[in-house]
Amino acid sequence: MTSGSTQAHAPTPTIPGELKVIHDATCTFCGCVCDDIELTVKDDHIIEAKRACALGKSWFLNHSVEDRPSCTIDGNPASLEQGYDRAAQILTNGKYPICYGLSDSPCEAQRVAVSIVDWINGTIDTTTSVCHGPSGMAFQGVGEVTCSLGEVANRGDMILFWGSNPAESHPRHFTKYSLMPKGMFLPNGRKDRTCVIVDVRRTKSAKAADIFIQIKPKKDFEALWTLRALAKGIELDPDLVHRETGVEFSVWSDLMDRMKACKFGVIFFGMGLTMTRGKHVNSEALLALTRDMNAHTRFVAKPNRGHGNVTGADNVVSWRTGYPFGVNHARGYPRFNPGEYTTSDTLANREADCAMMIACDPMANFSQPAREHLATIPYIALDTKETPTTRSAAVAFAVATYGINTGGTVYRMDDVPIPLRPAFASPHPSDYDVLTAIEVRVKKILGIT
Amino acid sequence: MTSPDYTKISQGIVYDPRNGIDGEIRDIWILDGRVVDPPADPSVRASKTIDASGLVVMPGGIDMHCHIAGPKVNVARKMRPEEKRRGEQMPRTNITHSGSMGSVPSTFATGYKYAALGYTTAFDAAIPPIAARHAHEEFEDTPCIDKGFYVLMGNNHYVMQSLMNNEPHKLKAFIAWLLTSTKGFAPKLVNPGGVEVWKSKQAGNVSGLDTKVDHFGVTPRQIICGVAQAAAELALPHPVHIHCNNLGMPGNWETTLETMRALNGYRGHITHIQFHSYGGGNGDENTFNSKVIPLVEYVNSHPNITVDVGQVLFGETTSMTGDGPLGYFLSKVYGGKWFSSDTEMESGCGITPIKYRNKSLVHALQWAIGLEWYLLVKDPWQVVMSTDHPNGGSFLAYPQIIRFLMDKTYRRDVLKTCPPAILERSTLWEIDREYTLNEIAIITRAGPARILGLNNKGHLGAGADADITIYTPHENKEVMFEMPRVVIKSGRVLVEQGDIRETLIGKTLHVQPSYDLDVETDIQEWFEKYYSISWRNYPVDLSYLYESCVIPTRRGS
Repeated sequence: MTSGSTQAHAPTPTIPGELKVIHDATCTFCGCVCDDIELTVKDDHIIEAKRACALGKSWFLNHSVEDRPSCTIDGNPASLEQGYDRAAQILTNGKYPICYGLSDSPCEAQRVAVSIVDWINGTIDTTTSVCHGPSGMAFQGVGEVTCSLGEVANRGDMILFWGSNPAESHPRHFTKYSLMPKGMFLPNGRKDRTCVIVDVRRTKSAKAADIFIQIKPKKDFEALWTLRALAKGIELDPDLVHRETGVEFSVWSDLMDRMKACKFGVIFFGMGLTMTRGKHVNSEALLALTRDMNAHTRFVAKPNRGHGNVTGADNVVSWRTGYPFGVNHARGYPRFNPGEYTTSDTLANREADCAMMIACDPMANFSQPAREHLATIPYIALDTKETPTTRSAAVAFAVATYGINTGGTVYRMDDVPIPLRPAFASPHPSDYDVLTAIEVRVKKILGIT
Repeated sequence: MTSPDYTKISQGIVYDPRNGIDGEIRDIWILDGRVVDPPADPSVRASKTIDASGLVVMPGGIDMHCHIAGPKVNVARKMRPEEKRRGEQMPRTNITHSGSMGSVPSTFATGYKYAALGYTTAFDAAIPPIAARHAHEEFEDTPCIDKGFYVLMGNNHYVMQSLMNNEPHKLKAFIAWLLTSTKGFAPKLVNPGGVEVWKSKQAGNVSGLDTKVDHFGVTPRQIICGVAQAAAELALPHPVHIHCNNLGMPGNWETTLETMRALNGYRGHITHIQFHSYGGGNGDENTFNSKVIPLVEYVNSHPNITVDVGQVLFGETTSMTGDGPLGYFLSKVYGGKWFSSDTEMESGCGITPIKYRNKSLVHALQWAIGLEWYLLVKDPWQVVMSTDHPNGGSFLAYPQIIRFLMDKTYRRDVLKTCPPAILERSTLWEIDREYTLNEIAIITRAGPARILGLNNKGHLGAGADADITIYTPHENKEVMFEMPRVVIKSGRVLVEQGDIRETLIGKTLHVQPSYDLDVETDIQEWFEKYYSISWRNYPVDLSYLYESCVIPTRRGS
C-alpha cells in the first residue's frame, strides 16, 4: 500500500521577469497559520507578502533557494539516489532507530515518516515533546475544554494569556483572532473584551492587557490552584496566597469575579507555563481551572502552539499510532511513554543507534548529553537550511520549503486543517519526495510488499 | 483475445434480500470489481474459483453510523492512552501497518478490523465541515473499506439564519454547497439548535422542539423540518440523519416522537434511537423506563422514517458526540476527563470515557431498549444495526448483537444477570422473536444500502460492487459472524479466516447535488464576515480523495 497522497497544489509556473500574485497563501511560520496572505512573486523571490506580520514577512521575503547540493553524504555532494540508498541502509541497520522533528513538514510528509518508522520498528517523536508535550500529558489526565479560533473572535469577551507572549511569538494573534476582531457577538471588537495577561515578567504583550498580573517565577501552579479554589468558593489564607504567588489576594479574587461574570472566557497558554517548574501539572491545573469555570459560565483554553504544523504532527502521529508523540514500535506495535521514548531521552540515555531528523535542529537546541550521543550515531537530516544538525549528518538532504515551494496540508493550532498555496518551485525535492523515496527502499530491504 | 478475468464464488448459500434471494444455492460471478451476470457462453471458465459450498454468502456489511475519523475521533485516541497499553495489540506485518486498539482504534487498525469482520463500507456520522479535510486525510489511512461521512449542520449559523429569514431557497443551496465543498455524503443534525445555545451560556441547551435558539429565534422543529424539506428537494441519496434533542434524558421519548412528526412526511433517519427512547420524568433516573412501544408504533406506520439502534453493550468505552451539552452532562455523571470543543459557525463536540455496567439498572435498561428496537420494528428494512461506535460499544460487538437477535435463550440468559426491576420497565423478556439470517442480511447490508441510496451496495445482483462476505455456518451466531471465512472487497480477497491477505485503500463516497450558484455570493459574504479561515481555503478539492465515488441524487443526476 502507498502511504500519503501525492501532494496537491504544485506551484503555478513562474515566467521569468514577470510578477505573479498568489492569493490566500498560508504562512507556516507559527501556529497561527494565517491563510490570507497575498504574495507577489518575481522569479524565485517573494517581493511582497501583504497582511503578513513581521515574522511572516521575514519568512517569505528572506526566502531564497539554497545554493547547495540537494544531497550530501558525510559532507560530500552526492546524488539523490545515493542519498536515498544510504539513508535506507542506515535506518534498516539500526537496532534502535529514532525519527524526530516533523513540525515544519506538511501532513503528507509526516504520514510517510510514520510509515517508515512503522516498517523499521522505530521510535517516532515530534517537537511537541520539547514544547507542549506537558500539555498533551495534562490533556490525557483531565481533558480540555476548547474551541476554534473563530469562536474566540466571535464570542470571547474575556481573554487571558498565561505564560505566553503572542506580541512577539504570534504577532497577528491579537488582531486576527483574540483581541481586535469585531465578532458576531462582539460588535465593538477590542472594546467588548477584557484582556488579562499573567506572566513572570512584563513581556511586550503586557501593554495589550487591561490587567497585567506578574506572578513569582515558578509559582504558576500555586496561582492556578488559587483560582481553582476561588472558583469553588473555598476559603484561602490571603497572606499565604500573597506569599506564594507574589500577588495580592484581592487581585486574584477580583480576577475570579471577572472570570465568573464574563460570557465566554478564553485562556491561551504558552511555554512559560508548560516548560517551567511543574510542567504537565501546570498545564493540568490550567485545564482543570478552565473546566471548573464551566460551572459558572462558558470558558475554554488553548495552547498557543509554535511551529507551523506541530498540530498536524500531533494529529498524524495520533491517527496512525493512537498516541500523539514519543511512540516506540520496537515490539512491532506502538507504545507511548514520554520521558522514555521522547527524543531528548532516547539520545541522552544513549539508546538510539541511528536517527532521522526532519525539519528540526537538535544539534543546536538539545542538551549536551543528547547532542554528544547524536554526534556518535549515523543519522539522516532533512532541512531547508544548513544547520548544525545537517552539518553533522551522515546523509543530509536540502529540501524545498513547505508553503513557499511545495503544497500540502497544515493544521492550525486549533486543529483546523488548511491547504498550502506554494509561490514558486524549488530545485530541491520536497521532504515528501525524499521520505517517499526512502520508504520505497526501506520496504525493499525489509522485503515488505 | 484473452478471455475476461472472472472470479466465481461457487455454490454458496446466498442471502441477497434486495434481489429476493433467501438462502438459495447460487454461483456469483465477479469481473473488474463488480458482480456480473454469469457468462452466456457456458464454456467460459473463471480464472479463480472460491468454493463456497456449505458456506453462507452475503453482501459486505455496511456500517451507516460510526465514529472512525476526523477531529473528535482523533482527540479521543490522544486522550485515552490508558486503555491501549493493556488491550489487544496490532503489530505490523509484511503487508499491514501496526496500530492500536482500545475503544477508539487507530486508522489502519479500524480498516483492518472492519474488513476482518466482513464489513466493507462505513460512514462516519459527524464531521464539522471546517475539519472535512482532516476526515479525508484519515480516510486515506483507513484501508480496506469504502468510506463517507455526514456533515454537521444542525447548528450551522447559515442554516439557522436562512430559516429565521424564511429563505428556503438559500437553505437548499447552502446544504448543497456545503456537501459539495466538504465532499460529504449527507446532512447531519445533532441536537439541532441545542449546541448553539450551549456555546452561548453556562450549561446551555434547548429543552424541546419548540425552544427558541438564542439570537436566531428559530426552533429545533423549524431546523428539522426545513432541512428535511430542502434535502428532499435536492433529492439527496440520504436526505437527513438526525441525532435528536435531549439524548439520554429520562422522558426524552416525547422529543423523539415530536422529531418524527416534525419531518412532516419527508424521509428522515433517526440515529441511535436507543438513546432517545426513555420514559421517566424531570431527569429522574429512578423513574427511567423503556418507551420503545409508542415510538415503534409510529415507525411501523410511517415508512418515511428509518432508524439505527445505537446498541449499548456492557463494558468500558468512550463517548464522543457533536452534542456539546451532552458531553458536559456525561462528564458530570461519570466524573472523568472531559473534552469539549466549539467550532465556529458550525458545531460542538464532547468526549468522555464511560462504562456500561450490567448491574446498573439504567445501563441494563439501555441495553434492553436497544434490543427491543430491533425486535419490535416490524419491517427490518426500517431498522439498521449500529452501536454508534464507540458510544454504545465497539463495532466489533456486532456478532454478539446478532446472537442476541437470533437466540432468545441467550438473550434471556443475559437479561437474568441484570437487575430484576428491568422486567417491569421494559418488554424484552416477553419478546419471542428471533431474527432469520435473511433479516440479519437486511439490517446489516441491504437495508442500510437502501436507506443511504447506494444502488451498487448491499446486494449481489449484476452491477453491484463485488463486496462480499462468506461465513462458515455455526449454531452459535456470534462465532459464525465474528470470523468470516472470506471477505472480498472490490473483487479482491482481502481476508481469509481473520488473516489479511491483501489491502487496498478504498473509495470515498460523496455527493455533489446541483444548486443555485447565485446564492454562493451570499454565502461568501457571510463566510468572510465570521470565519477565521479564507473562503478559498475552505472547500476540499478532489486531490484529498484517494478514489472519489460520486453517488447520484435520487433523481439520478
